[in-house]
Amino acid sequence: MASAPAKLPAWVDIGLLPLINVALAFVVSGLLIAALGQDPFEATWIMLRGAFGYQESLGYTFYYTTNFVFTGLAVAVAFHAGLFNIGGEGQAYIGGLGVALAFLAFDQYLPFVLLLPICIVAAALFGAAWAYIPAYLQAKRGSHIVITTIMFNFIAASLMVYLLVNVLIQPGQMSPETREFAAAAWLPYMHEALGWFGWEVAESPLNLSIIWAAVCCVLVWGLIWHTRWGYEIRAVGANMSAAIYAGMPPARIIIVTMCISGGLSGFVAVNEIMGVHHRLLLDFAAGYGFTGIAVSLMGRNHPVGIVLAGLLFGALYQGGAELAFENSAFTPDLIVVIQGLVVLFSGALSYMLRGPAERIYMALAAPRAVEA
Amino acid sequence: MAEDFLLVILTFDATIRVSVPLILAALAGLVVERSGVIDIGLEGKMLAAAFGAATVAALTGSAWLGLLGGMGVSVLLALLHGFACITHRGNQIVSGVAINILASGLTVLLGISWFSMGGQTPPLTGHARFKSINLPGAEAVADVPVVGQLYSELLSGHNILVYLAFLTVPAVWWLIYRTRFGLRLRATGENPAAVDTAGISVIRMRYLALIICGILCGIAGSYLSTGHGAGFLREMTAGKGFIALAAMIFGKWRPVPVLLACLLFGFLDAIAIRMQGVELPLVGEMSVQFIQALPYILTVVLLAGFIGRAVAPKASGIPYVKEH
Repeated sequence: MASAPAKLPAWVDIGLLPLINVALAFVVSGLLIAALGQDPFEATWIMLRGAFGYQESLGYTFYYTTNFVFTGLAVAVAFHAGLFNIGGEGQAYIGGLGVALAFLAFDQYLPFVLLLPICIVAAALFGAAWAYIPAYLQAKRGSHIVITTIMFNFIAASLMVYLLVNVLIQPGQMSPETREFAAAAWLPYMHEALGWFGWEVAESPLNLSIIWAAVCCVLVWGLIWHTRWGYEIRAVGANMSAAIYAGMPPARIIIVTMCISGGLSGFVAVNEIMGVHHRLLLDFAAGYGFTGIAVSLMGRNHPVGIVLAGLLFGALYQGGAELAFENSAFTPDLIVVIQGLVVLFSGALSYMLRGPAERIYMALAAPRAVEA
Repeated sequence: MAEDFLLVILTFDATIRVSVPLILAALAGLVVERSGVIDIGLEGKMLAAAFGAATVAALTGSAWLGLLGGMGVSVLLALLHGFACITHRGNQIVSGVAINILASGLTVLLGISWFSMGGQTPPLTGHARFKSINLPGAEAVADVPVVGQLYSELLSGHNILVYLAFLTVPAVWWLIYRTRFGLRLRATGENPAAVDTAGISVIRMRYLALIICGILCGIAGSYLSTGHGAGFLREMTAGKGFIALAAMIFGKWRPVPVLLACLLFGFLDAIAIRMQGVELPLVGEMSVQFIQALPYILTVVLLAGFIGRAVAPKASGIPYVKEH
């Protein structure tokens, strides 16, 4: 490569440049809002207030953030092995199938303390299974994982429509949904949980799955940077031939990494199915898998960055909904556009500013080097 | 018997109609991937072009100006892809994802802002749509069994973009295999360093391929909103760009097999609804969802190498860095 990243200090490379890229995305969004004849500053203010202004809105923001952390971590883990998993959408969807099948079988008989681990395991297993096939094909047959995971998103969508319409639908009902699960299979809402300690907060869909999301962040951080597996994953991602030369089995690493990634995507179902809807329904994972790509890119594939980026997108989702409610000129599609701009500037154009930044930094740093 | 035959003809007629955007988009993907650039943004370009064409056609009342508008929007997005992936060597998959998301959001946002119709454009009538063309003598021979029906129902009565799409196949074939540009294009996708050594700009070749890709996606999108349909509907491409991507792989990056793959996938789309509740020998009743998923399943099976090998152009997806 012509540009050597080592020339820039870490705070510029992983702090300043990503911030400037995100800022560019928001400046373009602001120009777009102005072009629509609206005031971008007022829109920003409404969104900020709508996302953080009161307890209920804060609950919604954190509820969306939970999903984005799961899908963001999923994309990031795969990315460390040099794999692009854009199948998070389908893996989350199939994860929901796993949770629903487990609950339909056991929710009448088992208590909550057993149903919770069953839910987490089922979501992870089914999500991982849906990632396993593209991973196997990539590792053993050389099929391009981007294409196969795209195809698997569509196959998952068709499969779920078929199952919900023909097999899992509650008999005698029109809408393609399963029956509601027994209350023992409901993950408590945050407002309920805080209520047990005498802390009254406003109702929102935020539930205890956010704690699991936090645990996953720590687990992923430990896995990637503090285990032998994580070392192998990063080695394969950084330099496949060097990893093979060092005796690492690339096929096994690719498959294991993708299964971890798929399992993390599947956890969206813990939040959505066990936490909020309490039944399996169509399209509950819509959009979260793809947003995970933006979250991971913005968060530089690190759990801390992913939490911050997930919070930003959670705030955008909730603030955007509030904005659409207050001003009919804005539909939730504005959020989709902002999301696209973030992927464009933080992802596709992430090298655009590196060259200029290097020159500016060299110009500033050079005189000092001479003095020393 | 005659009724059955007419049913078959009508199914093939529907196949042609739904195959057109697939053919154009798949050929667009073929040209650009042959130059070494992966484009999963076919869907987004088609969607944006459908919106652009319907908007211009609604404002000017001319389907031809609409087509120009659609192609213009699509080429702009293709150039954005080039700016990110060729000029700045960004990740081509990420750039494609960004374009898809942007198109999905912008078409509805702008549509609501401009027309206040919930994301649709005003319905197109008269010259704002491409009308079906009756080939000479189609009326006269309509009653002649088999041959007459084939001519009047299947070949005649499509709009001009349908014929254009089928003409694009030999045109792209000729461009890729029989011109100096095509040779350079294929070389750029296989071994860009050799092309560079021969004094040809890899960057220029890839930008040219992207412009062709943009034009073809533009026609595909315009067909959806001003030929096949009568206005823009939100998310009206509904995954066709990804089916086209699948067809391009299924056809192994070669124009004629790609055409056949598009016709196969179009046929599956056309019969999906008709097959509901129909008992077939051996397999029993096929679910609509299974038939709809079949293009994706077939493509995965092909990619897995079980029915022949699909090998992408060697340099596709890798940004080119000139040696200093």
